[in-house]
Amino acid sequence: MAGPEQLLQLVLVGLTQGAIYALIALGFVTIYNVTGVINFAQGEFAMLGAMLMVSLAPLGLPTPAAFFLAVAGVVVVGGGVERLAIHPARRASVVTLIIITIGADIVLRGLALLAWGTDPLPLAPFSAGPPLTFGGAFITRQALWILGTTAVTLAALYAFFEYTYPGKTVRACAINRLAARLSGISPERMSLLAFCLAAALGGVGGVVIAPLTLVSYDMGLYLGLRGFVAAVMGGLVSAPGAVAGALLLGILEALVAGIWKAAYKEAAAFLVLFVILLLRPQGLFTRAVARQAGL
Amino acid sequence: MLEVADLAVAYGAIQALRGVSLKVREGSVVCLIGANGAGKTTMLRAISGLLPIQRGRIRLEGRDITGLPAETIVRLGISHVPEGRQNFTALTVRDNLLVGAYPVHRRAGRGAIEAAMARVYQLFPILRERQRQLAGSLSGGEQQMLAIGRVLMARPRLVLLDEPSMGLAPVLAREILRRIRQLAGEGTTVLLVEQNARAALRIADYGYVVENGRIALEGKARDLAEDEEVKRAYLGRV
Repeated sequence: MAGPEQLLQLVLVGLTQGAIYALIALGFVTIYNVTGVINFAQGEFAMLGAMLMVSLAPLGLPTPAAFFLAVAGVVVVGGGVERLAIHPARRASVVTLIIITIGADIVLRGLALLAWGTDPLPLAPFSAGPPLTFGGAFITRQALWILGTTAVTLAALYAFFEYTYPGKTVRACAINRLAARLSGISPERMSLLAFCLAAALGGVGGVVIAPLTLVSYDMGLYLGLRGFVAAVMGGLVSAPGAVAGALLLGILEALVAGIWKAAYKEAAAFLVLFVILLLRPQGLFTRAVARQAGL
Repeated sequence: MLEVADLAVAYGAIQALRGVSLKVREGSVVCLIGANGAGKTTMLRAISGLLPIQRGRIRLEGRDITGLPAETIVRLGISHVPEGRQNFTALTVRDNLLVGAYPVHRRAGRGAIEAAMARVYQLFPILRERQRQLAGSLSGGEQQMLAIGRVLMARPRLVLLDEPSMGLAPVLAREILRRIRQLAGEGTTVLLVEQNARAALRIADYGYVVENGRIALEGKARDLAEDEEVKRAYLGRV
């Protein structure tokens, strides 16, 4: 049996991982709410963020500058995916669009393979130094970066949706697409905006996780699946639900790996997805009335 | 101000409109009456750009707007209030109104938007009291007022209203219709679809009777209300 210190350690590791899942899950939720599409290329945004961060490292830029450039690069890619793959097919059914995102996912991974090769790439943590102790458990400095960046990003996202005019129009479009169109809000522009926003969220996740794992062209698959499971745990339409789902999933994975067997961690996400789709397809935290909240 | 000529619309194999022509004069209230499924809602949806048009022309003040997308047409001055009080339920009343100003938010300054909001609050004072509440928490009548108030924020020249009194208590329905009449008096032209033909003809200047995707009859609202055919089919026996 694990002692309290070990449990705390696992929870901290899980929260860190869950914070990354949360950013990716919010990308799923944003695009789904605005367009009805599940964007299976979401994980690749994180991979690209990590890759760009690694590629920018030799330039010796200050970390914030590299961070900003890497995320901006991912936003350009996200906008490009929307314009090149989704926009031309905008009259097609949602299912068709979802399949297109699977295609975009494969293309992005393939391009990353060509650009960066198959070898996993390392990146130094944002700030050097030994791990800090916290109630008998260790927490790395990079984990603090991850938790802090995620918290700031979530706060910024909340402020955007709650207090800015563009944010309110995105929410309006998510709540009632018909009324939004009749208010002159172009669904095509909102779709582009949603993809850029989701790319930014995924990119931020990729950038901050890069020093914690080796960065490889195929990491997007793993992260995308976790983000998707977390979004489904929150019912796919709820931003707070997705964040809670992501943190729960991260902790669950850490506990499974730490207490049971590291190899079973892989199965945890699939098992959670299976059980939720079977028993609570509306999400863990939402009432059965799904399409209500709108972000 | 609005001229529809020989408009035809189909949903797949179903022909909803079979060549409809109508005119709406500036500053007037024009109503469409007819049975369910006659094509009244389809007409509004085609005019506001929500439906693809098979044949025919739609002109707004002489300008051809046929086939333009809905989000462009609203910018040109036609606002559509669809049936069922389509509000942004998870936004506050005030935010609903602000989003309603979207078509003009670049052109109009903050002052103009506040002025438009003041006008909406004047028309529907209850909305001012409810401005911090979520739209989804309003009563049916308040939601209808919000749906109308929201499109007025874009300062439209023509408002298309689909069944504004549906599901409302008679007192509220009368109140809403009175406000609609008031709108026209202030210069906003109205094209109204109403199930309650008697009430609609009372506030309208001109009316069209729609049957099977065609105009069966048209005339001054006063004359239609007295027409024996109309009385028998739509007003019920008196």
